[in-house]
Amino acid sequence: MTKEKESAPHLVGQFEQWKLARSANGSGWFDAVRESAISRFAEIGIPTPKMEDYRFTNLAPLARGSFQHIAIAGDNKNKLDPDPYLYGDSTAVEIVVRNGCLESVSAAGDLPEGVVVVPLSEALHSYRELVEPHLAQYAPIESEGLAALNTAFLEEGLFVHVPRNVILQKPVHILYLTDPGDRETVSYPRNLWILEEGADLTILESYAGDREATYWTNTLTEIVLGENAALRHYKLQLESEKAYHIGRLHAKQERASRLSTYSISFGSRIARNDVNLALEGEGIHSIMDGLYLGDNDQLIDHHTFVDHVSPNCESRENYKGILSGKSKGVFNGKILVRRDAQKTDAVQTNRNLLLSDHATINTKPQLEIYADDVKCTHGATIGQLDRESLFYLQARGIDKDTARSILINAFAGEIVERLEFEPMRSRVESLLYDRLPGGSALKEWR
Amino acid sequence: MLEIKELKARIGDKEILKGINLTIRAGEVHALMGPNGSGKSTLAQALAGREEYEVTGGEVTYEGKNLLDLAPEDRACEGIFLAFQYPVEIPGVSTLYFLKAAMNAMNKYHGRSALDAMDFLALAKKKMSDLNMDQSLLHRSVNEGFSGGEKKKNEIFQMAMLDPKLAILDETDSGLDIDALRIVADGVNRLRDPARAILVVTHYQRLLEYIVPDRVHVLSDGRIVKSGGKELALELEKRGYSWVKEQAGDTSPAVS
Ligand SMILES: Nc1ncnc2c1ncn2[C@@H]1O[C@H](COP(=O)(O)OP(=O)(O)OP(=O)(O)O)[C@@H](O)[C@H]1O
Ligand SMILES: [Mg+2]
Repeated sequence: MTKEKESAPHLVGQFEQWKLARSANGSGWFDAVRESAISRFAEIGIPTPKMEDYRFTNLAPLARGSFQHIAIAGDNKNKLDPDPYLYGDSTAVEIVVRNGCLESVSAAGDLPEGVVVVPLSEALHSYRELVEPHLAQYAPIESEGLAALNTAFLEEGLFVHVPRNVILQKPVHILYLTDPGDRETVSYPRNLWILEEGADLTILESYAGDREATYWTNTLTEIVLGENAALRHYKLQLESEKAYHIGRLHAKQERASRLSTYSISFGSRIARNDVNLALEGEGIHSIMDGLYLGDNDQLIDHHTFVDHVSPNCESRENYKGILSGKSKGVFNGKILVRRDAQKTDAVQTNRNLLLSDHATINTKPQLEIYADDVKCTHGATIGQLDRESLFYLQARGIDKDTARSILINAFAGEIVERLEFEPMRSRVESLLYDRLPGGSALKEWR
Repeated sequence: MLEIKELKARIGDKEILKGINLTIRAGEVHALMGPNGSGKSTLAQALAGREEYEVTGGEVTYEGKNLLDLAPEDRACEGIFLAFQYPVEIPGVSTLYFLKAAMNAMNKYHGRSALDAMDFLALAKKKMSDLNMDQSLLHRSVNEGFSGGEKKKNEIFQMAMLDPKLAILDETDSGLDIDALRIVADGVNRLRDPARAILVVTHYQRLLEYIVPDRVHVLSDGRIVKSGGKELALELEKRGYSWVKEQAGDTSPAVS
């Protein structure tokens, strides 16, 4: 029944069409990579449940043939309002990409000298010397069909380059919006963030789309952190419940760098997030946290991979899931400790709250340890709301729905509290309350 | 205020309450004693509306209403407060937030306006210092990592904040040190007034020296087998429960 490979010739066909349409664009130097990426995709196609990493996540709907490249799908009539998703120009540098095309960049006049924060389309031709050494160097184009597909079509996204020892106070936020349309569309956001030695910044990434729209976002981010660099990254996935979201992140960390990457995943019919960190240097500290919320028929899948290449590094991972309705969660957390990575200190946890009898979770830690002097712990739990706690709240006058919401919120709180960027934290809190029964009252009492 | 008639309840297949009769009038303090496992907590929890305790017979009238028809939260809003024998830990919910949620829920139920945050905080701090409680507990998760005594005091603190009409205290004295017992008893006595009633579940005569009851009942194997005045507690202390059980074997269950 399930195929070995899910080829998608229509997507390959769209590449030719799209190439003609964009021939005026001046980033020809990258065309060879695109060509080889699309031929690789033509060979390996879309992953299928036959592959270990996709056992629980059937991406066959992506091969359906109806997804049309968003740039050639034509104009949309109704435009989604970006404001509810933005933080405001005074809080963040705001960049909006709508339907795969750049819509706006807020005035970034006060950026420190030498910092480059531009749309990828601009970087491809104006900052080739910064882009070329890194773009498509970390994504597994040979082995992952959807990474290859993204690379073939990459055009718009966020490019950031922070020079040595520069601290960017203002966070940078990129919002990817998908409007409703007559056709099912696919877009390929692509980000590249390079922090030189000692650089420091916060990047926010948001995805949203029309509630009624069926579309597919295939996004990929590559990150390079130089020595002692620090990046806090928050990804907020609020796609339509009919959408498909395939997100992939690859970070290469050098000595003593610090990365915190948070994945908040509330939307999509199927969301698949791959987070891959390569710890290549001593004294690195990495945090990977996530919160996913599934309802109805949603499937939310996180595959994380921490590659401890060097000694004396620390990784901390904490993912929590709340699943209601018939939703499914998948968590696969792999930690690889290579032979030289002595004194590795790795902790991984995945806790899940199942709120209905029909919700399910497949959670699996995967530890591969080749060094002998390491500290690695992992734990996964699956549970329901505690009846005693519910009764205790009810016995104090709180109705059952509200009591449930308080407990669910407390469960999520552990992750929410870690979102250092306050406007993001209160947004997530508020979105969480919106999804909980009786949550609006809680919002007021906060 | 509270009238319990022939109340029967079970957990799973096990019948625990086998026909309880008890009447408590406004202004009264009743003590409920009895051996471990006799059903005291079951009665207390059943009155508060715990679903796991299935009522299989009898009636409970509270202020003229059929109590058994009310959801647990509505019973609380109508003025019933249960101080749990084993207060529940709720990680991630601060005591302050918990209380605010409770008071707001009650205000909403009665159509009163939401309370002012500053007034609330001031009141909470006052009640805490009355109970000689550390105010840092307000900002900690409900009962999480609280000492046994702190948990019991936290129940009395909540009671003081929520200002119930009928307070049911399930072994609130167990695990309290001598000073704390006194402080807690003072807290309960402050609540004593002609419009309120209190049911104290305890194993110890000592608490009843501080909170002097109007009536004392002995529960044994799901029935009230003896009732009397405050001197009954003293007698029990001297003679143990076997004495009452033997007596009860011959006669039909006593009614208060
Ligand atoms: N959830 C439950 N499942 C099965 N049996 C239960 C359950 N809860 C209580 N019981 C049983 O019901 C009986 C009465 O318990 P209850 O807690 O009411 O006793 P108690 O009088 O409060 O005792 P103690 O003085 O020890 O607090 C006991 O035999 C107890 O084991
Ligand atoms: Mg008990």
